Amino acid sequence: MLKLALAGNPNCGKTTLFNALTGSTAYVGNWPGVTVEKREGKYKKLGEAIDIVDLPGIYSLSPYSPEEVVSRNYLLDEKPDVIVNIIDATNLERNLYLTTQILETDLPVVIALNMMDEVERQGDKVDSKALSEKLGVPVVEISALKGKNIHELMKTAKDAAAHSRKASSVLSLGELAPLVQKAEEMLKARDVDNPLFHAIKLIEGDELEVKAHDEDAKQLQELKEGYKSEMFGDDFEAYTADARYRYITEKLSCVIHKAERKEKLTKSDKIDKVLTSRIWGIPIFIVMMFAIFHITFAEDFLYMNALYGVEVQGWECWWEAGSFVIDGGIPSPGVLLQSCLIWCTDSLSALAAEGLASAPAWVSSLICDGVLAGVFSVLSFLPQIALLFLFLSILEDSGYMARVAFIMDRIFRKFGLSGKSFLPLLMGFGCSVPAIMASRTLEHDKERQMTIYMTPWFSCTAKMPIYTAIAAAVFVGNDDLVVFGMYLLGIVCAILGALLLRNTIFKGETAPFIMELPAYHLPQAKSLFVHLWDKVKKYVVRAATIIAASTIVIWFVSNFNWSYHMVDSIEDSIIHDIGSFVSWIFYPLGFAIGEYGWVFVVAAVTGLIAKEEVVSTMTVLGIAIGALAADTGEATAIEALFAVSGITTPAVISFMAFNLLAIPCFAAVGAARAELGKGRGFKGALLWWMASAYVVSMMIYLIGSWWWTVFIFAAIIAVAVTCIVLWNKGKLKLPTRKKA
Amino acid sequence: MEKVLRDFKPGESGVVKRVGGDGAVRRRLFDMGVTPGAPVKMRKVAPLGDPIEVTLRGYELTLRKGEAENVIVEISE
Repeated sequence: MLKLALAGNPNCGKTTLFNALTGSTAYVGNWPGVTVEKREGKYKKLGEAIDIVDLPGIYSLSPYSPEEVVSRNYLLDEKPDVIVNIIDATNLERNLYLTTQILETDLPVVIALNMMDEVERQGDKVDSKALSEKLGVPVVEISALKGKNIHELMKTAKDAAAHSRKASSVLSLGELAPLVQKAEEMLKARDVDNPLFHAIKLIEGDELEVKAHDEDAKQLQELKEGYKSEMFGDDFEAYTADARYRYITEKLSCVIHKAERKEKLTKSDKIDKVLTSRIWGIPIFIVMMFAIFHITFAEDFLYMNALYGVEVQGWECWWEAGSFVIDGGIPSPGVLLQSCLIWCTDSLSALAAEGLASAPAWVSSLICDGVLAGVFSVLSFLPQIALLFLFLSILEDSGYMARVAFIMDRIFRKFGLSGKSFLPLLMGFGCSVPAIMASRTLEHDKERQMTIYMTPWFSCTAKMPIYTAIAAAVFVGNDDLVVFGMYLLGIVCAILGALLLRNTIFKGETAPFIMELPAYHLPQAKSLFVHLWDKVKKYVVRAATIIAASTIVIWFVSNFNWSYHMVDSIEDSIIHDIGSFVSWIFYPLGFAIGEYGWVFVVAAVTGLIAKEEVVSTMTVLGIAIGALAADTGEATAIEALFAVSGITTPAVISFMAFNLLAIPCFAAVGAARAELGKGRGFKGALLWWMASAYVVSMMIYLIGSWWWTVFIFAAIIAVAVTCIVLWNKGKLKLPTRKKA
Repeated sequence: MEKVLRDFKPGESGVVKRVGGDGAVRRRLFDMGVTPGAPVKMRKVAPLGDPIEVTLRGYELTLRKGEAENVIVEISE
């Protein structure tokens, strides 16, 4: 089967073309070893199917970013039969820079000149025939958006794949030509594939290449001495970059015919002027973010209830009275969708319970209370996650996201992050799962890891019920203050945590922030939904696998005793014993102390699986331990639990802090694993969450109970900070530094 | 006259003369088209004073002032 690779700059319409070519055959995975998306699909309209691999959007084949390395290795090692290089015709100069590098391989190349309609609309002309002659490869004008000429493109690509092509380089035209030739011959003698490509990278002094061919690099170093130029000295990297751009501007000037234009502002410029204005930029951004969250999470849409008293009372579902009731304000679309989904899953659970009525008790308990309850509670977040993602993709595709990074960068740089990490962190207030998935847009590993580490501390919507339920039970009258305080605590911890990591394990220079601000354009419904579908699918698969499995385990330990007999009371169950057994670990945190301490321990531990579990565990156990005479519902069961347990105020806050900072939920852990891989980064995240939850909760409890302990902690922190500062200045050496 | 790109005011323009710095930052600047001879025009500064946005080779590029420090531009008086 023919293998075709799509290569091109970011924002050149590559994804649109890929979607148009492959349709439903597209498969999204990861390139091995890195979190760079790999898309594959098939084009079937040309007899035998053609395999299409979409390389990541890149500007160059330099060795610095994982995207570039992945693309480069694919082209050199996997040797596709033909490369289709997509070029944004409105931005030929920079797009052709990558082309000059691709042409240095021996692979057949076809150029797809995209967005020609836009060029014509601006009154410019691009002579594709002349371009084809200059570059020596076929050029096809296409419109990826309208699907125009893409069949032609594939035919041309198929023809091109049948013929071999000889590599060519712009450097073979200049004063370096003899050097290039010698280097190429040297590599040819060693039977290296794509000798010209490697030769040029060696001349550039490319890190990867010098490592791979160090013998040749040394030989070449002597030769290079003779070619120092006046302008660049022995800086061959600068020379080649300059030579490529010079070639493009000089030789291709006859290809582009720009219409005479006064300095007129395009539509995109006008939009940009408002959206990134010094005065309005930030307010507009805040309003936009607020609107997105409001549409997704608000229980009282547009505040119609609070402001105008618009209310829906007993808004019952038309298909089954009483099953679906909303009281209060009109819910936002996100909440409404969620309610619908919950109604569906509840009906399914009810059906299952009915169907299993005659089955043994443990079977129906396993399926209804275990698997279905667990999986459905995770699934119930799907509508809101999908909505958030849809908005996020719209912002991304429209080009606004790059501006958000532009606006926010200043603030985030201080913490070793860049403006690009702002959105994932903000989404954390909604749900950590899409937030962690959104961190994928961050190019630098360090930054992505740090962002993922901090994300759960922006309290998600599932953590809010913990705060509100506890505040209502313990801090009557001050409950809003307490809830707000917990949100604030999360943010403060994230800032301090980022500073700590930045000065210790994630030390080093801040990632550069040099990026294109693409022109604004309307997002494409098709690509939005392809993207969305992919995310939804992954989330559902995760719910059906990891989460289903973990709920079975939890169900088992809370319903069985050590001799594998089903128990009636949770106090005889395995989880009670485990909870009591591990309670001592939590003694320094305060909430584990006392007769009913194990309840809070179990609640906190089940909270590691899903934060919704915390409130439900406390309710179930509150009732089970007989704290409440009559079963009158959730809030009161929790109130009663807190009343009988005699838990102290510092311990309550410590308990909430632990839930805030510890492992957020299995769904988020799954997402983090997908983004960080199985290795150290992922294990580090788990450790980071648990350790910081433990330390911060302990500090809260101890300082809250015995105020003078504040001096001890202050002293410890002062010593730690001094050590870190000294260590960073090189004045302090760790006796045995662990593998860095 | 030579001027460092970070000191540009919105609306000013010139031609890139030298690119300093090293490693990834420098290569990234080259790859994005910030090479000697490229005309560059300062567009704007972000609301909080950093980064900056420039027009270059027909597109918009943003970079931090710290990175713009490496770019020496020749401006005509």
